[in-house]
Amino acid sequence: MANVAIELNNLTKTFGKVVANKNVSISVNKGEILSILGENGSGKTTLMNMIAGIYYPDSGSIRINGEDVTIRSPKDAFDLKIGMIHQHFKLVDVFSATENIVLGIDNQKYNIKVAEKSIRETCDKYGFEIDLNKKIYDMSVSEKQTVEIVKVLYRGADILILDEPTAVLTPQEITKLFAVLRRMRDDGKAIIIITHKLNEVLEISDRVSVLRKGEYIGTVETKDATEQSLTEMMVGEKISLDIDRPEPHDTTDRLIVKGVDCFNAEGVKVLDDITFTAKSGEILGIAGIAGSGQRELLEAVAGLQKLSGGEIIYKDPTSGKDENLRNKTPNEIKNLGVRLSFVPEDRLGMGLVGNMGIADNMMLRSYKKGKSFFLERKEPKSLANKIITDLKVVTPDANTPVRRLSGGNVQKVLVGREIAASPTVLMAAYPVRGLDINSSYTIYNLLTEQKEKGVAVIFVGEDLDVLIELCDRILVLSGGRVTGIVDGRSAKKEELGILMTKGKGGDTNE
Amino acid sequence: MNKHNHHEPLIRISKNDAMPWQKAWAIRGACILAAFIVCAVVIVFVTNLNPLQVFASMFEGSFGSERKIWIALQNTAILLCISLAVTPAFKMRFWNLGAEGQVLMGALATAACMINLSDLPSTAIIAISIGASLVSGLIWGVIPSLFKAKWNTNESLFTLMMNYVAIQLIAYFITFWENPKGSNTVGIINFNSEAGWIPAIFNQKYLFNILAVFILTFIMYVYLKHSKHGYEISVVGESENTARYIGINVKKTIIRTVAISGALCGFAGFLLVAGTGHTISTDTAGGQGFTAIMVSWLAKFNPIIMIFTSFLLVFLERGAGEIATAFRLNESVSEILSGIILFFIIGSEFFINYKVSIGKSKKEVN
Repeated sequence: MANVAIELNNLTKTFGKVVANKNVSISVNKGEILSILGENGSGKTTLMNMIAGIYYPDSGSIRINGEDVTIRSPKDAFDLKIGMIHQHFKLVDVFSATENIVLGIDNQKYNIKVAEKSIRETCDKYGFEIDLNKKIYDMSVSEKQTVEIVKVLYRGADILILDEPTAVLTPQEITKLFAVLRRMRDDGKAIIIITHKLNEVLEISDRVSVLRKGEYIGTVETKDATEQSLTEMMVGEKISLDIDRPEPHDTTDRLIVKGVDCFNAEGVKVLDDITFTAKSGEILGIAGIAGSGQRELLEAVAGLQKLSGGEIIYKDPTSGKDENLRNKTPNEIKNLGVRLSFVPEDRLGMGLVGNMGIADNMMLRSYKKGKSFFLERKEPKSLANKIITDLKVVTPDANTPVRRLSGGNVQKVLVGREIAASPTVLMAAYPVRGLDINSSYTIYNLLTEQKEKGVAVIFVGEDLDVLIELCDRILVLSGGRVTGIVDGRSAKKEELGILMTKGKGGDTNE
Repeated sequence: MNKHNHHEPLIRISKNDAMPWQKAWAIRGACILAAFIVCAVVIVFVTNLNPLQVFASMFEGSFGSERKIWIALQNTAILLCISLAVTPAFKMRFWNLGAEGQVLMGALATAACMINLSDLPSTAIIAISIGASLVSGLIWGVIPSLFKAKWNTNESLFTLMMNYVAIQLIAYFITFWENPKGSNTVGIINFNSEAGWIPAIFNQKYLFNILAVFILTFIMYVYLKHSKHGYEISVVGESENTARYIGINVKKTIIRTVAISGALCGFAGFLLVAGTGHTISTDTAGGQGFTAIMVSWLAKFNPIIMIFTSFLLVFLERGAGEIATAFRLNESVSEILSGIILFFIIGSEFFINYKVSIGKSKKEVN
């Protein structure tokens, strides 16, 4: 089997009692793209980290080009011509692309001109478009990723591992990335892609290996697979992949945002003349590349950002009055009788307290109730138990610190609490990030349920397929500006992709 | 074998899951035992003494006589009081290193009341002293917290420097209150009248201090665990973002909590002057403002557990002193011994939280 680039035999890795990988055996051929598919927490990244020398396996063996090897450190992996492109880039911000690429390579005289020439050759060979003299801090996410890939190629990697490479890219950037990957495959490289996006798996890979809860389920040829069959392998049961989207009815304007401007602590304008209306009984999606102002916008409505201009008008459904929420604190907003619920992006850093149990986390919203100096723990406790049963939260009990729960369960606790406050406006930022398929659908259904109850739902998402399937209208942010508001039922992915990068100078998608 | 065939790592450390409490306590016990063994080795090699005798003498320090027991309890009470005082601030992640100065300011206020109001009835002096010590400790704590809330200054440095200001203030007042003249000490205040002294209860002059701190312990426990303020402290300590998100006024919470912390330090200063020493010097706090931080952390901010951790530290200190006198060693040897014991106690937490595996655990496959 001279064609096998890397072969993993019965790799097992445990963290305490958690079995991250159990007897995983996978092989990748030269000139092949293999997708490793699995839900969050299924052990994909752990497995790759063992190849990249970041973790050391408890048992099992790794063979490279038919020889047994031991990989103890990233240096060993590098010597074996394994290159990993991590989800979080490891680049020096103030250096240029070239400087980052040659950084840390020994046994060669440092000559930036010569290096640049040979980097240029690598780029031309595979069709990377990149300005080698650009500093990292000036680069878009996709450019940074390109630098990472060129870096490992320049170091002579024959086996490339990409951890969720498409998570941060626009549809157009994904197309480009895939073209480059195909050229690398045709050049004889072995490529492993970690992902949980089914359509991409089907598009790019030759074979798919599936992991579920740390166990190796099997490998199939991509041409024999469908989204449905892969989902079943991944989840272990048949599930429906359709999101129910009832037509909105009796919609009225609930939240009117007019010309909102906001500067961040560094003085950069993060929200620029944002205007939109959120209506009761509909889901308004917000799309955009990460960091386009989504967080600031929701925080502005929630009273956590100081605005330099504009108005946020809340139309109270009971009194019919208009309230201006601009520059009010969360407390003042609450005291106006505005029933605003907010599921923030940072679940354990903002929405919940990781070291507290579910019951104490319920109390975050309600502890101020009553005049007593002391806390009232009964109600939060019963609310906690209700959420545990209703949303099937997996936890030993209501007092287990929430940071010990899995991502999906943490999110159910947070969304459950915010919905329990019976809001009139519900904002959710990336509510399914890191969640498995079943939990994701639970969250989509909860949001739709709220919409049916007449709540104005604002949903910030990253998966365009989901936005298009779930939302009634989609607002697109780019660089802190609204570049379009489109109808969810007729929107196309490509159209959103263009809006997402509109008005951004120097981007690769011009 | 090819050149890539490296050896596998010798020691691997991985995080442990929550451990049943029996096992955790077994580990703690084993660590204390190991500490005593290491201590024994050190004793034999360094001093040539019989380690068992040395250990026995260590116990003598706290339990040797009725008087020693009372002293140990009194010292525990003071240390515990300061530890309770720093706890709310630390739980809120406000690194108050200024307990020392806050205690001194409370002591200074008490001494001032005792000296200047010595004509009033003793109960009145005590009542005024308590009020004055609480307020002065509070002010000393609130100043840095105001700066933190307003300009986000670093509270560790600020509170630390406030200690030196307090020490200098006391040095200044000592020259005022010198008694007898030229001694550069204040001497026992109101030696004859005992005005402003905390009276003995059941003939035990330290009992008031001990009872007061005991009650305070339970109040603090309830305050932190069951009051809305205590809840806010936990939330602010865990994440200021979460606190803002749910509408807690973070600045107000910080200032209020540090005020409580400072006031209680001031109260400890009152106990030290009116209840124990009846004098004041720049050493009145004796570094306990720092030891208290250790007590609080060792107990993971639980006031009830602090009863034990403060006693442990007093026990080690008293024991060290006793060894030094009984065997005519210099203090350093006994401090080495306390150091070893503390090292092992703190180290035991590492073995509770992490699992260490050594050598070959990799099973051969194929």
